[in-house]
Amino acid sequence: MDKVRQLDDIIAGIKDGATIMFGGFLGVGSPLKSIEKIVASGVKDLTVVSVVNSYPGGGFDLAPLFKNRQVRKFVTAHTGTCPEAVEAMKAGDLDVDFFPMGTWIEKVRAAGAGLGGVLTPIGLGTLVEDGKQRLEIDGKSYLVEMPLRADYGFIAGYRADTMGNVEYRGVSLNSNPVIATAADFTVAEVNEIVEVGGIDPSRVGTPCLFVDAVVQGHSFAEHQAVFERLWVSTGRLAAPATAA
Amino acid sequence: METKDAIARRAALELANGEVVNLGFGMPTAVANHIPEGVNVILQSENGCLMFGPTPALGEQDGDVANAGGQPITLLPGASIFDLATSFGIIRGGHVDTTILGALEVDQEGCIANWAMPVAPGKYSPGMGGAMDLVGGARKVVAVLQHADKKGRSKVLKKCTLPITGKGVLKTIITDKAVFEVTPTGLVLKEIAPELTVDELKAITDADFAVSQDLCEYRLHS
Repeated sequence: MDKVRQLDDIIAGIKDGATIMFGGFLGVGSPLKSIEKIVASGVKDLTVVSVVNSYPGGGFDLAPLFKNRQVRKFVTAHTGTCPEAVEAMKAGDLDVDFFPMGTWIEKVRAAGAGLGGVLTPIGLGTLVEDGKQRLEIDGKSYLVEMPLRADYGFIAGYRADTMGNVEYRGVSLNSNPVIATAADFTVAEVNEIVEVGGIDPSRVGTPCLFVDAVVQGHSFAEHQAVFERLWVSTGRLAAPATAA
Repeated sequence: METKDAIARRAALELANGEVVNLGFGMPTAVANHIPEGVNVILQSENGCLMFGPTPALGEQDGDVANAGGQPITLLPGASIFDLATSFGIIRGGHVDTTILGALEVDQEGCIANWAMPVAPGKYSPGMGGAMDLVGGARKVVAVLQHADKKGRSKVLKKCTLPITGKGVLKTIITDKAVFEVTPTGLVLKEIAPELTVDELKAITDADFAVSQDLCEYRLHS
């Protein structure tokens, strides 16, 4: 049951036109190495499913996929943080399907949980309602939102064991545990791979049965350094004082 | 006083002790700096935590701890972390007491437009993010915005012109000139900037509004 794989072997199997779901929220909790390799592979005409787009200002995580025009369709709640995607939209190279964030995550959850859809009042009376079925139940109106799944799901975690049990850390779990349930092939990119039994069962955020492959991402130390560089370079953390 | 700062200070007066609060991006974020003494609220970040604190100092940050803007935050004692399904269950399920959101436009029927800017025919950016869930799920929805755009045109309208985020969802509208309560019969002016008369406010406001019997000067302190 060893699910540890080389990331390159997985990426090589992704075909043009695939639907790929990415965990993460503006780069935090994002499978950064997987994204880098998918960018480098040049695979195109992708449908990308992610709750939001890149870290604000672009240039990080998902942004290069849009810059390179590898994405044909983006299914999301928000894309405004990624100038590369907005540019592609303006040029007519990118279609974006917007869903309210809570609806987006429930659509993914529905796909993974065997539900035929979700009933939600969110979006009634707005553009979100266009083309959707409306149901009245006990005098209240709801929109019918259909499940959302993908060929591949790339999630990011802190640690995984070789069977695929994933432990998350901090506020970086965001969409990852839900996405893990809703793809035909789920890849968990983690900072650390441990032996079976190395994760306390009560700390498992995604049980192994949802995970098809475990890949080594940035080491934990490098992961922390990546975010320090990102946040300092974008003015979100004070830069180190330089010696006079 | 800078108008955005005044709006944030006034909006902070909408918060009551013990409330679960979600602050939107832009002006609402600044509200956290003005919460009155003695008012303790539980701040929610929609990407999945309760009880977050200020930006950490360099060296104190954690690459796995960020807010819904992707920026580093700290977690306060009592904080909790959860996935997005739980986070939006909190929002949509009516467990958020108050949300304060920036707006591009608001109208006298309590509609708010804050998600869609046309970038091409039929195409919009940036997207609604969690705003539709917040306006649909929070018990009290407060919109904050400048009264007029850069060309001096009223942003408090009879009817929103941009695609709306929610229909009839607003409880309170706070601009740099006035505070309106949204009632079933329309807007009621509750507070007015000291430099304006009601007639002057009417002249710069597209929306119709009634004037409260308790009309007072725009408050910056509780």
